[in-house]
Amino acid sequence: MRKVLMGNHAATLGAVLARAQVVAAYPITPATQVVELIAEMEAKGEFSGRFMRIESEHSAMAALLGAASAGARCFTATSSQGLAYMHELLHWVSGARLPIVMVDVNRALAAPWNLWTDQTDSLSQRDTGWIQLYCATNQEVLDTVLQAYKIAERVQLPAMVVLDGFTLSHVYEPVDVPTQEQADAFLPPWDAPRRLDPAAPAGFGAMEGPKGYMRLRKRLALDMERAEDETERAGAEFGREFGRDYGVIETYRTADADTVLLTSGAVGSTAKQAVDELREAGRKAGVVRVRLFRPFPAKTLRRVLRQGQKVAVVDRNYSQGQQGIFCEELKAAMYGLPERPEIYGYVAGLGGGDITVELLKEIWLETDSGKASALEPAWMEDPR
Amino acid sequence: MKPSIPAAELMTPGHQACQGCGATLAMRYALKGLGAQTVVVLPACCWTVLAGQSPRSALGVPVLHVPFASAAAAASGVKAGLLARGDAQTQVVAWAGDGGTYDIGIQALSGAAERGEDILYVCYDNEAYMNTGIQRSGSTPDGAWTMTTPGKAGNLRPKKDIDAIMEAHHIAYQATAAPAYAEDMVRKFAKARTIKGFRFIHVLAPCPPGWKYDSERTVALSRLSVQTGLFALYEIEDGKFRLNMNASARKPVAEFTRGQGRYKGLTPEHEDEIQKRVDARWADYDARSRAT
Repeated sequence: MRKVLMGNHAATLGAVLARAQVVAAYPITPATQVVELIAEMEAKGEFSGRFMRIESEHSAMAALLGAASAGARCFTATSSQGLAYMHELLHWVSGARLPIVMVDVNRALAAPWNLWTDQTDSLSQRDTGWIQLYCATNQEVLDTVLQAYKIAERVQLPAMVVLDGFTLSHVYEPVDVPTQEQADAFLPPWDAPRRLDPAAPAGFGAMEGPKGYMRLRKRLALDMERAEDETERAGAEFGREFGRDYGVIETYRTADADTVLLTSGAVGSTAKQAVDELREAGRKAGVVRVRLFRPFPAKTLRRVLRQGQKVAVVDRNYSQGQQGIFCEELKAAMYGLPERPEIYGYVAGLGGGDITVELLKEIWLETDSGKASALEPAWMEDPR
Repeated sequence: MKPSIPAAELMTPGHQACQGCGATLAMRYALKGLGAQTVVVLPACCWTVLAGQSPRSALGVPVLHVPFASAAAAASGVKAGLLARGDAQTQVVAWAGDGGTYDIGIQALSGAAERGEDILYVCYDNEAYMNTGIQRSGSTPDGAWTMTTPGKAGNLRPKKDIDAIMEAHHIAYQATAAPAYAEDMVRKFAKARTIKGFRFIHVLAPCPPGWKYDSERTVALSRLSVQTGLFALYEIEDGKFRLNMNASARKPVAEFTRGQGRYKGLTPEHEDEIQKRVDARWADYDARSRAT
């Protein structure tokens, strides 16, 4: 059924359709409506799982650590400071190999206070062992939550579904909402390979020596690496079921492009508009939207981007003392290849500043003209 | 003859505790009261180590290790997860030290208690961060030496009254217990098992290296902690307070403090002050006992 939904509600419906059994959450702008709708659906009898109105984000993820260890499918949503507060638990649940799915609504980190979209919150968690998927539309938010469970449960790692604060979370778009039967056909119940069971007592997370720890980390690394293919697989399976295909990246008019805008999230949609206008003016422009950030889809990007091409990476995030994070990751993925594209970094829209079609065209033109620096990121502001 | 407490052991002797550890007695008796259909949730504490290094386990029940601040929240989640799978029988027990209860874990504890989560929270209290080598916690009494309160004066502030804090949450059941009184302790855990809602049991667990006494005196000191009135044994069920011991014949607190190296710097004046505080607290216990 087609409904007009805000991004936050699309996320909730994804979790409810996935038959999440335990939801534990703490309110935070701009993610609050994700759990408000859970409460509303619970009150109406449309959500039959347990909704824990818990006292902090740290405790929210701790509760899910407990619930998932008992074998329940789990969900939460948060943003910014809340995600930062969860940090300790993020490492813990990936180490515990629990396929928890969380929605993060991107918002800038304080100080100073800022409520608007900025990816530094989720990208700061890149080393925590969570799969990260970035969405460009509300439809993709709902669809990705369903896919995230499939990917997470197959590789036994938690997954974060990320959407832009306000520009997606609070914007209403038409969304095709699957029926419960369709969702069930795509996503079977989770059968936990191990769980807390008094009939089979065991220690979960007990002390390991260096050798055991190192081997467990290596297994985690291999499974995380596997998630690139599993994301493609889940996206293709989703396409067969619902007619909407997803991959680790989305490409737009890149086949013959001289210069490509590489970006993520809702900016990926704006970038298509910029490329259409550049094409109309006779310029060979294209877009790569990175959907999967962790694991970084290096294999796919190495195949898609080629020598002689210029890539303008637009980062709505920043790693202090380094550069934009997607740019940094892309450079690392391409280093060592005998043939590789030229990569230029642009930092834009931190703290929710608009990344407009005009700004993206300006970035594309500067890159295409060869005037950009390959060594340092350019900080771009839309003067309009 | 029928034994007064269950003979079956759910804790094996192969644990990794120090000799004379009060916290192992506490776990042993707790599990006798709780039985095998139990899940234990352990935040960072001595028991993190005591339970054994992977793949060994000293406990005959499942153990979930969780981060320091999260015991009550994680235990709430385990209960929710078990219920989601249709298991309403298994007891979920958060088992935390005083640091994980009084200090870093109090937010999660307060939240779970306020929500009325159907779990049992146990604080085995040895009055300092013993696992990391005896640093002061919010439970360390005044006058006690620790590595972070060195010198003659020891810790300056009095012990936080965690039991009063928990009582203010209006929980289903709360009790205090001491391993020297094994039957009382097993009874309380067996009773807690039958009660639905949030339950809290506070166990004072003597610690030979932390309190600085010879390890064979653990039970004697545990008994003195009760007999001097420093640690009163009582229960509060549905708001009703009930003392589990005779209030009239208390020994002087000095009999408890003088046997421990951590109190070496305690002055006679400070000792008097502690005695007066205990006497005042007991006047309150007496009044409450008569009221109910």
